[in-house]
Amino acid sequence: MNAYLTAMLAIIWREGLRFVHQRERFVAALVRPLVWLLVFAAGFRAALGLSITPPYQTYITYETYIIPGLCGMIILFNGMQSSLSLVYDREMGSMRLLLTSPLPRWWLLFSKLLGSSMISVVQVYVFLGIAALFDITMPPLGYVAVLPALLLSGLMLGGLGLFLSSLIKQLENFAGVMNFVIFPMFFLSSALYPLWKMAESSGVLVTICKVNPFTQAVEMIRFALYSEFSGPAFAWTGVATIVFVCLAVWGYDPARGTNRRLG
Amino acid sequence: MSCTLSISGLSHAYGNRVALDNVGFDIEAGRFCALLGPNGAGKSTLYSRLTRLITGAPAKISIAGIDLEAAPRQALARMGIVFQQSTLDLDLTAHQNLVYFAALHGISAGAAKSRIEAALERLDMTDRAHEKVRTMNGGHRRRVEIARALLHRPQVLLLDEATVGLDAATRSQITAHVHALCEQEGMTVLWATHLTDEINPTDQVVILHQGKVLTNDTASAIAGDAGLEAAFLALTSDATKGTR
Repeated sequence: MNAYLTAMLAIIWREGLRFVHQRERFVAALVRPLVWLLVFAAGFRAALGLSITPPYQTYITYETYIIPGLCGMIILFNGMQSSLSLVYDREMGSMRLLLTSPLPRWWLLFSKLLGSSMISVVQVYVFLGIAALFDITMPPLGYVAVLPALLLSGLMLGGLGLFLSSLIKQLENFAGVMNFVIFPMFFLSSALYPLWKMAESSGVLVTICKVNPFTQAVEMIRFALYSEFSGPAFAWTGVATIVFVCLAVWGYDPARGTNRRLG
Repeated sequence: MSCTLSISGLSHAYGNRVALDNVGFDIEAGRFCALLGPNGAGKSTLYSRLTRLITGAPAKISIAGIDLEAAPRQALARMGIVFQQSTLDLDLTAHQNLVYFAALHGISAGAAKSRIEAALERLDMTDRAHEKVRTMNGGHRRRVEIARALLHRPQVLLLDEATVGLDAATRSQITAHVHALCEQEGMTVLWATHLTDEINPTDQVVILHQGKVLTNDTASAIAGDAGLEAAFLALTSDATKGTR
């Protein structure tokens, strides 16, 4: 087997094993969106009126509306948590193993991203399965069509997390970044409320929401769940993925990112 | 005899603080070279430069004939590394750690099988191959790390204070094993330490202090009649006074 593929499969395998070993993390990753879906949405549905907007053909419940946003939430938290583990790996030394491999660093980092994205996808499907048990279902084909959208979103948010992890010197600093990245990204998006609703309150906020790559990822997932392709959301997410992954590779360049920290 | 590890003109600074100042020395093939220096001498920075964890001012570093700056990946492929801090995944077994490492060097699990068995056997770790690293003591973990560093059959083995935190008996076993690698398999070893009892009289010794090479000779030549530890303390003490 090709050396590149061997290394990629091993990195994905290790990510998978790490996931299996951290069952608490898996449960926590599911509890968060389920609380939003089953508690928050139940209380919010009466307060928030929804009009018929694409890809929806008819009026939908609020629970149905927030499903793509909660899928995005799982990927967002998982991407950041995976980066958190990288900061930990770097502090504990095991990141050095990856960085001293003779294979290209960009390939190894991309493999790591792919591995963590695949874990996110598994978590999203489990979440969609539990949602289905509560009669919150999508068209059957949507469950298949959403797979590439989930994977691309995973790469984008994982890439962002990887880049952030290259900037963070100590594990303790990560909590601050979580507050400054995760929450603004999640709340300034279409995950919990449609953008037209946001536009009623603030034009500035809706502009921020529109340029937020997380919004585009959520919209890409939303359309894909209904077997529709949103070109602009895909393009925006794709460009953001390339930018974040390039920044992450730059961040882990030995001449730059890790220079002051590994000596 | 040809030099398997050659360093010249290596300097490195963290801001205004100079960690390495024009460091240079050669190690012949099959030699055990102890890099002896007190804490803060620049040993870990030297290892980070040799392993490309950091880069900096240009220097001439050759690993098994490969220029590290011109062809870093080829040079890394010829290098086995044991870091001061453990880099094992505690939740994986020793065997799984080795399979993972082999794959990072592009060696598939099938191809790595015989190498892993041989590496574990050489370090008397076969019985513990399927134990999780978390359950192992420090000495066994170090043995797994050394076995791992040898999997891709490197020509140069770098060990950065590999015996830190181990008891005397385990330190002695690991030191003897690495010496045997040089003698029996022609491995070139750079062994960073601040403990003189890990060094044999015929070993090459490079004393690093405040980022500079103070001396580079055999242990017996440096030790003279006073003994290596006394000579080491005298050299580093004189150098410290000289800089005041």
